[in-house]
Amino acid sequence: MTMSREEMEQMVKAWLQTVEQITRSEGLPVVPDEKTADPLWVDVRELRLKYLIPIKRVKKFFDGLKEGKVYATRCPVKNIYYFPPQADCPVCMDENLEWVEVSGRGQLLTYTVIQVKPASYMHYPDYVIAIARMDEGFNILCWMAVEDPATLKVGMHVKLVVKRREPEGFLTYYLEPA
Amino acid sequence: MREVAVVGVGQSKFGRISDMTLAELAWQAVKQALQDAGITQKDVEMVSFSNVGGWSSEPLPAIAVNEYSGVSGVGTYRVEAACASGSAALATAHSLVASGAVDIALAVGVEKMTEVPTPMAVELIGRSGNYFWEFSQFGLTFPGYYALYATAYMNEHSATEEDLASVAVKNHYYASYNENASFQKRITVEDVLKSKYVAWPLKLYDCSPITDGAAAVVLASEDAARKLTDTPVWIRGIGYASDTSNLSKRPNFLSLRAAREAAQKAYKKSGIDPSRPHRQIDVAEVHDCFTIAEIIAYEDLGFAPRGGGHVLAREGETYKGGLIAVNLDGGLKAKGHPIGATGVSMAAEITKQLRQQVRGERQADIVKGAGLAHNVGGTGHYAYVSVFSLKKS
Repeated sequence: MTMSREEMEQMVKAWLQTVEQITRSEGLPVVPDEKTADPLWVDVRELRLKYLIPIKRVKKFFDGLKEGKVYATRCPVKNIYYFPPQADCPVCMDENLEWVEVSGRGQLLTYTVIQVKPASYMHYPDYVIAIARMDEGFNILCWMAVEDPATLKVGMHVKLVVKRREPEGFLTYYLEPA
Repeated sequence: MREVAVVGVGQSKFGRISDMTLAELAWQAVKQALQDAGITQKDVEMVSFSNVGGWSSEPLPAIAVNEYSGVSGVGTYRVEAACASGSAALATAHSLVASGAVDIALAVGVEKMTEVPTPMAVELIGRSGNYFWEFSQFGLTFPGYYALYATAYMNEHSATEEDLASVAVKNHYYASYNENASFQKRITVEDVLKSKYVAWPLKLYDCSPITDGAAAVVLASEDAARKLTDTPVWIRGIGYASDTSNLSKRPNFLSLRAAREAAQKAYKKSGIDPSRPHRQIDVAEVHDCFTIAEIIAYEDLGFAPRGGGHVLAREGETYKGGLIAVNLDGGLKAKGHPIGATGVSMAAEITKQLRQQVRGERQADIVKGAGLAHNVGGTGHYAYVSVFSLKKS
């Protein structure tokens, strides 16, 4: 099921209006459970959570996306790759990690198609999530841009590309059949 | 370290419990556990509390439940190990009693997941991996995480959707005899195959439901246990381990490393031969949040060789009378999976099985006198394996 964000907001708004009418007429925000009809108190408070997440120490990764590049970090001491990139190497206790551009070539390890979506993803059509083993030896998990998921096969060659995610318009990385 | 026994168990009905608050629901289990142990609230020295929350309104659920249950004043805390939180509560309570810090501890697990609409519950569970790198941009869902394992496993071992379905059929069969289970209806392989895809290749009937429920167990030191009961169920060993937050950092998607390591540790602590654990165990509760999870659990626990889990399922070897009886209460799949309650519920179920207090068809034959609970948090992010026995070490 796909539903635009506007449709979803309309639906919520209509429901809240119904609750408000019930509260006005009955004096209590109480509605029947949709399945059992047990009385439920509709919380009169609401939380709207949107996190502000620091990215300063891995900013190069996001700058890279703007240039169409995907970066990993690598510990020069142990030659360990980090993807998602991280600023610290807990193995050698170092923080002077190098930024290296990902080759972008890999093989598909596994994938799924998300048909039942989380609330904040309801506005997308069904999407494919894949994990690929990159030539460097580390894995990347992201969406797979593919017309027909039935054409995917574990082990097939894939490549990494940077694209905008719509409708939000932010830059992110996708796998594609190579 | 001292010996520790389960001396009281309680369990609420699992399902969509829309007529009770979180505290009322927890009390159902706490009351039973206290009565079963033959103790009162004043005997409880510590409440080890498990609840994941987010979907329910009380932000300090341990405090709310303890007040409602009449145990306000005791030492208490809340633990989080995702879907293994219940076992984390059990393990910490066990440590407190084993160390001599307390003589009697209560482990309580409760989850009220239906206080939010289903898409919001899907959202909150989906966030339980690596939020920033794997949820916020890519929208993994809980079935999605396990579907990644299912795709890899089925490809590697030529397992089929029918093999996966056979796990759901078995667990619904046993749930039909469990009055506390969410689903009382038996299903067929065809029912599973006809159900809609949730996260390909997993379908609705491959998945455990969004569930409300509670469970509680009373743990006692040997001296305290001897005074309370003739049939203490000893906790012989609890093994625990964890794995990476990002799924992408794992070498393969065929097995859960944390569960393997937790099992090895539990076997070592409890004197079980890891090459043939089923020879020393009558009944197991395994973490079947999805059908593929039960199949992988058979291998991670050593019941089947690598790649042999789906064969065990297909051949019905985990019904009573087979190689080892698994999930005779219906499992997470059909009993239900109220996240924070699940691990405690497993301990309660194994205790009742070993005491032979389960009625009829779903009572295991207790010959060796030992049972096992395998409880996984997230997608193998956390794992706990506990061994229970009628015999002390």
